[in-house]
Parts: sequence; C-alpha cells; structure tokens
Amino acid sequence: MIVIFGIFLLTLLVITAIAIVRTDNLFVAVMLMGIASLLIAANFFLLDAADVALTEAAVGAGISTVLFLGALALTSERERAKSSNRLLSFIVVAAAALILIYATFDKPRFGDPEAPVQTHVAPWYLEKTPEYIDIPNVVTAVLGSFRGYDTLGEVFVVFTAGIGVLFLLGGGKATGTVPEEKINEGLRHHLIPRVVGRILIPFILLFGLYVQFHGEYGPGGGFQAGAIIAAAIILFALLEGEKRALSVLPERVLLGLMACGPLLYGAVGLAGILLGGNFLDYSVLSSDPVKGQQLGILLIEAGVGITVTGVLLGIFHAFAARGR
Amino acid sequence: MELLGLYNYWVFAVLLMIGFYAVVAKPNLVKKLIGLSLFQSAVFLLYITMGKVEGGTAPIFPEAGAAVFSNPLPQVLILTAIVVGISTTALGLGIVVRVKEEYGSIEEHEIQEIDER
Amino acid sequence: MSALLDTLSWVLLTLGGLSVLVGGIGALRMPDLYTRMHAASVTDSLGAILVLGGIMLQAGWSLATIKLIAILLFLLLTSPTSSNALASAALLAGTRPFAEAGQDEEAPK
Repeated sequence: MIVIFGIFLLTLLVITAIAIVRTDNLFVAVMLMGIASLLIAANFFLLDAADVALTEAAVGAGISTVLFLGALALTSERERAKSSNRLLSFIVVAAAALILIYATFDKPRFGDPEAPVQTHVAPWYLEKTPEYIDIPNVVTAVLGSFRGYDTLGEVFVVFTAGIGVLFLLGGGKATGTVPEEKINEGLRHHLIPRVVGRILIPFILLFGLYVQFHGEYGPGGGFQAGAIIAAAIILFALLEGEKRALSVLPERVLLGLMACGPLLYGAVGLAGILLGGNFLDYSVLSSDPVKGQQLGILLIEAGVGITVTGVLLGIFHAFAARGR
Repeated sequence: MELLGLYNYWVFAVLLMIGFYAVVAKPNLVKKLIGLSLFQSAVFLLYITMGKVEGGTAPIFPEAGAAVFSNPLPQVLILTAIVVGISTTALGLGIVVRVKEEYGSIEEHEIQEIDER
Repeated sequence: MSALLDTLSWVLLTLGGLSVLVGGIGALRMPDLYTRMHAASVTDSLGAILVLGGIMLQAGWSLATIKLIAILLFLLLTSPTSSNALASAALLAGTRPFAEAGQDEEAPK
C-alpha cells in the first residue's frame, strides 16, 4: 500500500523536474528545486533511509535554496532562451533514457533480501555494530567509525569548498548593485517576520543541537545539525541585516569554525596514533574499547558539525556581502 | 507487481536524463548547475532504492528485539554524496557570480562571443 | 475504545485530506496572487491541524505525540508568517490585487 504513495511522490518529482527545466524564470526554477528536494526526502524516508531524508531536507531544500537565491541576486533572474540544436540533444537524451530503462529490467527484484548488494558487507556491519560500537544508529556507526576515513575526506571537501568560495567572492568590492543601507537593514521594518523569527531562532538552534547529539540514537549527526544551525543563523542575518549578523558572529569566528572542525577531526585521528593504535582508531581513546568508540564518534561528529556550520555561514556571507 | 518495483529505477533514468538535458542544452550557467543538482539527486535515488529490503525498517536498532533492517551502506555513501554535492554547487555558484562580473552575462553563447573578440 | 479512537482519527485524516485538496484547487482556480495564497493557507492551518490531530490519536500517549505537538506548533507559527512575508513582498514588488473597481487602501511600506 505504501508503494502507491511512493509512486505518487515519484511521479510528482518527474513533473517538477520537467517544470524546472522548461521554465525560463530562474527564480521559479530554484523554488521548484526546493519542492523537488522535499519530494525526494519524503521518498527516501519511504525507502527506510531516515538519515538521508533528514540530510536531503536540511541541505537540499534549505541551504541549497538560499545559496541559489544568493547567486541569483548577484546575477540575473531570467534566462534568455536560445533554441537551436536542441533537437539533437533531445534525441540523444531520450535514447539514453530508453537504454537505461531497458537495462533496469535486469535488476534484482525490488526489496529482495537475497540481492547481491545485501549479502556481502552489509550483514557484517549490522552484526558487528552492537559488538564493537554498541550504538543504535548503524548509519552513524558506519559513517563515523567503520568508514571514518571517508568522512574525514568529506569534511576536507566541505572545507575546500568554503575556502574556494571565500577566495572567489570574499575579497574586494564588486559591482555595488545593492545599496549598503538595504543590505544592513534586513527585514527590520517588517514586524511580523521579525517577531516570529526572533521567537523561533533559539528553538531552531536547540533543535540543531538535539540533532547533533542524538546522531547516535536516531537519525541525525553532524551534517544535518550543521545545516540546521547554519539555517538558524542565516534566518537571523535575513531578519536583522548583514551588519548585525556579522557583529554577532564575526568573520574571524567563522574562519575559526571552518578551520577548527577538520582540525578536531584530524586531532582525534592523531590521538589514536599517539595512544598506541592506528590513525582514526577510537578504541584506544578510553580504557573500554566500546566506550572509546562512542567517545570518538561523538568528537568527530562535533567536528563535522562545526565545519559544516562554519562553511555554510561563510559561503552565505560571501554571497550576501558581494553586492556591497 | 514487479513493475511497481521497477518504477523507482525508471524514475531514476528519466530524472537523470532530465538533469543531463538541462546541463547540455540550456545555455544559462545557473540552469546548468540546477540540472547538475537534479542529476545528482537521481543517482541518490538509485542507490537508496537498491538498499531497500522488503519488510525492513530504518537501520536503527530498536529498544528490544531484532528486526529486519534495510542496507545501511548505500545510506552512508549517499549521506556523504549529498554534502559533497552541495559543496560543489556552492563553488560552482561562486564561479558563476564571478563570470557574471567579468563578462556581464551568464549565457554561454554570449560569453563565447566576448571571448572570441 | 480503540475502535472509537480509530474512527475518530480516520475522520480527522479524511477531513484533513479534503482541506488539503480544497487548498490545492483554490490555489489553481483563484484569479490572483493574494486570493491564491488565501486558499493555500487553508492547507497550512486547517489541513495541518486535522492531519496531525488524526496522527496524534493513532500515536496515543507517547513521546511521538509530544513531537507531533511541537511540529504542529512550529507549523502554525511559521506558515502564516511566511504567507505574510510573501504577501508584503508581492505588494512591495507591485503586484496589485485583482479588483474590477475600487482602490487598494493599504500603501506599500
């Protein structure tokens, strides 16, 4: 029965995607992308991927929309259509889609527990997590401990993106398209969003912290928490104006957050070496190996959350300040 | 009823190609980035669909008792992929903003014309 | 007792679904932005209360109900605010309401 719900959501997703490509107003396309992200997040939840659904909703529907809108404010809002040679691309794309659909007939049955993907490493992870790490959320256990090296690489990718955007947009003046008073004013003259926003921001921050520290017991973790906390502070920046937001969290603090996150992660890894184990071996962090693993996961999730918060806020401020 | 299960994969194929079409056929740079984002979402859908086990639940151990769990490994991979995707999108948007400032336009053919001059 | 709760939650969920449908039809059929938003706000307020109320009856007295109440409060607080922000942004951008005759009294801030 729930399969029908999934099919309905997927059909809506395809319709939204077609609308995104066909509209020539980029603002509309970005809003529709937010809707598409939420539809995909709902679908992920139906497919038992709770962590991924939370991440897609927080990052895809929330932060991605803000970044695109920030970029649109600095570029143009409409796309100029140039229709030539589109027939060839359409034919190629349609042919590729048909080939892919033909290939899907060879897939194992949907949800088959004997499919090859379910039989090699996954049962080992599901079996050994209570033994080695003993936390309920297997995804966090695998992300933080069993595949911790991948997550270290990911944190460095996020850090690199933050530095890249700061290099591109951080220095020097730009075209000055938006007057300074307007940027610093925010929504201060609009009473209702301001009051409600002020009520909500502490609760959003609290929820972000809840998601961060409950990553081991339920869906959650560093990435989602970083995105939620960054969203709360972006809301504050939108309501109160850029200048006040920068006085609350100055640029130095943001750069510090961006750097301290990967530093924390790497430090935990090095601590493993210094205490006698391997790099990123958390078992040696405490006298009881299981407690050591839990402590290690807690610390690196904090590192991830700090990095994501700092980078997302840094990118937002780089876009917002560029119009000055 | 096998077709119902295949629907996810068909939607993956269609969404992949829609995103790819936007990257290839649309001259506007921001539209290309949006298409790239759709392309990535389609790939996420593929992986998560492959990980589903029927009768399973999210891979979080409940308070008591064992249960059938869906595969946690694709979820870990896609979690990383979502964050990396947003990072590359942010960087791409930064580049688009700079291109607009230098060339005055974000349409591909206009930029090519300015370059050829 | 549980049959009564089930029936009640069934009724609430159906009514909630109907109000979401009404909101959707209204958002399609109304003539201009402001009336469309007014129709869509039915989904946000009445639809949310009914659907979440129905689910709360299914969940009984548990942690899930408290989380649902928190979600409901958050929705009831943010949806009208975003409608207000959207409407005043539209007014600032110059979208005039659909009126055959007569003036729009409120001046843009």
